[in-house]
Amino acid sequence: MPLDAQHDNHTREFKVVGTRPVRPDGLDKVTGRARYGADMSLPGMIFGEIVRANHAHAKIVKIDTSAAEALSGVHAVVTRADFPAQSDGMVDILDHCMADGEVLYDGHAVAAVAASSKALARKAAALIKVEYEVLPHVTDVDEAAKPGAPLVKQGIESNIVATHEFGHGDVEKGFTEAEVIVERSYTTEATHQGYIEPHACVATLGGDGVADIWCCTQGHFMVRNTCAAIMGMNASQIRVTASEIGGGFGGKTTVYIEPTALALSKKAGRPVKIVMNREDVFRASGPTASSSIDIKIGAKKDGTLVAGQATLRYQGGAWGGSIVDFGAMAAFACYDMPNVKAVGIDVLANRPKLAAYRAPSAPMAAFAVESAVNEMCDELGMDPLDFRLKNCARAGTKSSYGPTYGEIGLEATLEAAKAHPHWSAPLPEGQGRGIACGFWFNFGGQTSSSLNINEDGTVGLSVGTPDIGGSRAAMCQMAAEALGIPYEKVRAIVADTASLGYNDVTDGSRTTFASGLAVINSANQAVERLCERAAQTWDIPAEAVEWKDGAAHPAGANAGNFEPLSLDELAANSGSTGGPISGHCEINADGAGVSFGTHICDAEVDKETGRTTITRYTVIQDAGKAIHPDYVEGQFQGGAVQGIGWALNEEYIYGEDGRLQNAGFLDYRIPVASDLPMIDTQILEIPNPGHPYGVRGVGETPIVPPLAAVAHAITGSCGQRMRAIPMSPPKVLAAIKAAS
Amino acid sequence: MRFEAPETVEAAVSLMAGEPGNAQALAGGTDLLVQLKTGRVSPDLIVDLKRIPSMVAITQEDGGFRLGGAVPAADMLEDDALKAAWPGICEAAHLVGSTQVMGRASLAGNLCTSSPAADTVPAMVAASATARIVGPDGSRDLAVEDVPSGVQKNSLKKGEVVESIYLPPRPARSSDAYLRFIPRTEMDIAVVGCGVSITLDEGGIVTDAKVALGAVAITVQVVEAGAKAIIGSKLEDAALDALAAACSAACKPINDKRGTIEFRTDVAGVLAKRAAKIAYDRAAGVTA
Ligand SMILES: Cc1cc2nc3c(=O)[nH]c(=O)nc-3n(C[C@H](O)[C@H](O)[C@H](O)COP(=O)(O)OP(=O)(O)OC[C@H]3O[C@@H](n4cnc5c(N)ncnc54)[C@H](O)[C@@H]3O)c2cc1C
Repeated sequence: MPLDAQHDNHTREFKVVGTRPVRPDGLDKVTGRARYGADMSLPGMIFGEIVRANHAHAKIVKIDTSAAEALSGVHAVVTRADFPAQSDGMVDILDHCMADGEVLYDGHAVAAVAASSKALARKAAALIKVEYEVLPHVTDVDEAAKPGAPLVKQGIESNIVATHEFGHGDVEKGFTEAEVIVERSYTTEATHQGYIEPHACVATLGGDGVADIWCCTQGHFMVRNTCAAIMGMNASQIRVTASEIGGGFGGKTTVYIEPTALALSKKAGRPVKIVMNREDVFRASGPTASSSIDIKIGAKKDGTLVAGQATLRYQGGAWGGSIVDFGAMAAFACYDMPNVKAVGIDVLANRPKLAAYRAPSAPMAAFAVESAVNEMCDELGMDPLDFRLKNCARAGTKSSYGPTYGEIGLEATLEAAKAHPHWSAPLPEGQGRGIACGFWFNFGGQTSSSLNINEDGTVGLSVGTPDIGGSRAAMCQMAAEALGIPYEKVRAIVADTASLGYNDVTDGSRTTFASGLAVINSANQAVERLCERAAQTWDIPAEAVEWKDGAAHPAGANAGNFEPLSLDELAANSGSTGGPISGHCEINADGAGVSFGTHICDAEVDKETGRTTITRYTVIQDAGKAIHPDYVEGQFQGGAVQGIGWALNEEYIYGEDGRLQNAGFLDYRIPVASDLPMIDTQILEIPNPGHPYGVRGVGETPIVPPLAAVAHAITGSCGQRMRAIPMSPPKVLAAIKAAS
Repeated sequence: MRFEAPETVEAAVSLMAGEPGNAQALAGGTDLLVQLKTGRVSPDLIVDLKRIPSMVAITQEDGGFRLGGAVPAADMLEDDALKAAWPGICEAAHLVGSTQVMGRASLAGNLCTSSPAADTVPAMVAASATARIVGPDGSRDLAVEDVPSGVQKNSLKKGEVVESIYLPPRPARSSDAYLRFIPRTEMDIAVVGCGVSITLDEGGIVTDAKVALGAVAITVQVVEAGAKAIIGSKLEDAALDALAAACSAACKPINDKRGTIEFRTDVAGVLAKRAAKIAYDRAAGVTA
């Protein structure tokens, strides 16, 4: 029976895929009916409040909880002593959620209390007295990496915890062949994902040892497994349901409050709700690494890149794992170079533990490399697009991080940029134009989904990957496409952890790719079963039935002359032909195609104040196949906007005392709508051979190029090269004044 | 915590004066509610002023305008006479937050919050506005610049409220402007703010001026040397440069997360020039 087993995605004509239907969660979201993390309530529920330290580094001498415990209405107080001793890899995650004798960053949790009202919980939290012995701290990546720097925690000998190296060829030899060498240093500040919805959960852990958690997360299976390991429970004892999610961008791929809520609930015997406020979100949840990067690139006078070397120092908090290795891998991924070496150095600092943020680690590396490339173009007097077209990675290029590329779309994005009206538009007086490319690996991963054909011919789809960017719509489209039925007949939900096999987190731009693959496979399995029912009805072999346009047909004249049986008819009869019809799929998805994009940015600097206005912006990226083009464009635009924010104003600002100075949206400046022009997008479709419909992940790459594209445009406008991100007005004005 | 919504100023004053604990007046609440939510204030009594008719009225008085202590920015922006007479004050009010915030936020609240960065305060100071303060001992008028006394501190005594802000009349060929520097385009806090009020003679020469700077010191700064630098000029480059230099010199800023001393000092001069030119063009009738 012919199914879409072979990925004929170059020629396939789609009916539903590629259209722009209304998203299933849209009405709920615009009317306020959607239930986010903080919207869950349970009978008898009480409220948790976390006590946080105001020191960057300190020993906890004593915690006195007696006054809080004595307050009427207080049901439980917990400290680290209330968590089981840890024996496995979860210790870092728990340490970050609840300090173990030593405070390692400003905002580190040291205790928590649960009480019958939020106000009472706050009052009780203020009654918990913690005695500290303040220790020396360090928050800056370069300071922390110096010999003799204050040690970030007790029991270590250096703040440098790991070094990773990638590359091929011989860079020393390469540089001797180079006719022009550009060698520069760059820095970037830490940024926050800036999701609108703060972390929130309700947890209940009863006397029978069985727990339920409702929370906003990018991965409820991750929450289950992490909490089970931390609390010494079995996975089957915890059921996690993911709420609607108000943004994550990578920042909701770990736990911050769920273990604490469980510990409080266990002690209190009641459901406990914890909602972080914005200040806590900034102080104690997922920023990126801050970085300091040295780049050296060498080229021939004709523009041929012969060697590239990068040393990247990233700090990602007090636990290591700054994922600087991803930065080192991604740094030169856009270029075809005979000699390349990237060294990533993982440095500790007294800051919160980094969480993933959209193409984690790549934007900083790309800022440095793309800026150096733009400087090289100026040295060579070469057009930056032509230079990139000459040196870009193509199918067959050995990538800077190891693998040899298959079909990739970088060159296509550069050609499209060159042909784009933006690139040739005359630049208004006083403005500058920048360009940069970006790369992201993309990911597949463990995925499980389930599809049920209802008796009325509609379809219920269960996926295990929280929908953070419109993925339910895309899932419905792919199921409808595979089944040959209208989009409106399919409804997708994000099912809880008891209802499906394990699903990796919604990250790595994997959901439309991997969950989509699982959904298509589930639909194909259901089609197989539908065909069997038709075969049974017609009393012919199942192989003699083919599925076309939402109905079973006899496959050719030999099979017999039967009227097609539609999905509706087969579904209506399913009760008498063998019972419910469903399809399932459990996979570890391989074949996520890498993704490339090219961005063009126009900007104008106010030379008297150093303030930058982005006047025009275009994103060109390969999507493989855009299932729902609105959401692909939305990802392109959202990523670009977050990158522009990072480039211009967003930054974690620490004081001399090691305390975070700007834990709120007033002084942590993400762009507002009026700051930006409409972000123009162009979707290229170079199908990914690893997916039946050709999908590549698109969510992360768009945040990679903006930092360098904006910097390049600023140089064009005011003549100054900005090598430190963010390029906030005081820094740009200082550069302009220093030059004049 | 008690909440009261009296209907007369006298009742408001006696409630505020009679509260042994912490009493807070409530106008639009766009500062107070945020402070309550973050736990920065925990008053024992909140007295809402919006039920008091004089507090929500805009009236013309002796050629000037009297704005009640709880008049929201949105009401000001719908008053054509006020907008024509005081475009600088109105543009400052128009900068406060978003449409939603402007539906509530008042000039008196902006003043009494006593933030060095409050947007409408330099505009009011440039306008030589006065605050009518009513308390248990009666009523007094105070120049707006004398209301804030420090960061989140003001010269109001226990039981006192601002009943109204008075914008005095100006001669013909007068106008004003307010500009602030923020890194973004809106929903931000001034790194520097500058209000300029200007009066011209028939020949276009500046005969009177007042210049005020916000966010460059603990309280709003009146820059007399700046005003002097442009009085007698037609805002020629030399006069504007002297204005900028005077404004930069008047700055006593700090280095903080919002800007360096150097940056604030430079930008104060830049904004003063730009605001002066806008006020000048308005006074000359070149622009509205
Ligand atoms: C989202 C947002 C954006 C904002 N943007 C800006 C901005 O761009 N620029 C800016 O300057 N401000 C901004 N603010 C701050 C605030 O909106 C302004 O300061 C506003 O003018 C305060 O007025 P209100 O009437 O809401 O004051 P309230 O919050 O009611 O009161 C503020 C303080 O003044 C006291 N008070 C109020 N009225 C009186 C009175 N008549 N007599 C005595 N005391 C009184 C109150 O007790 C309180 O201490 C913003 C606030 C928010 C929430």
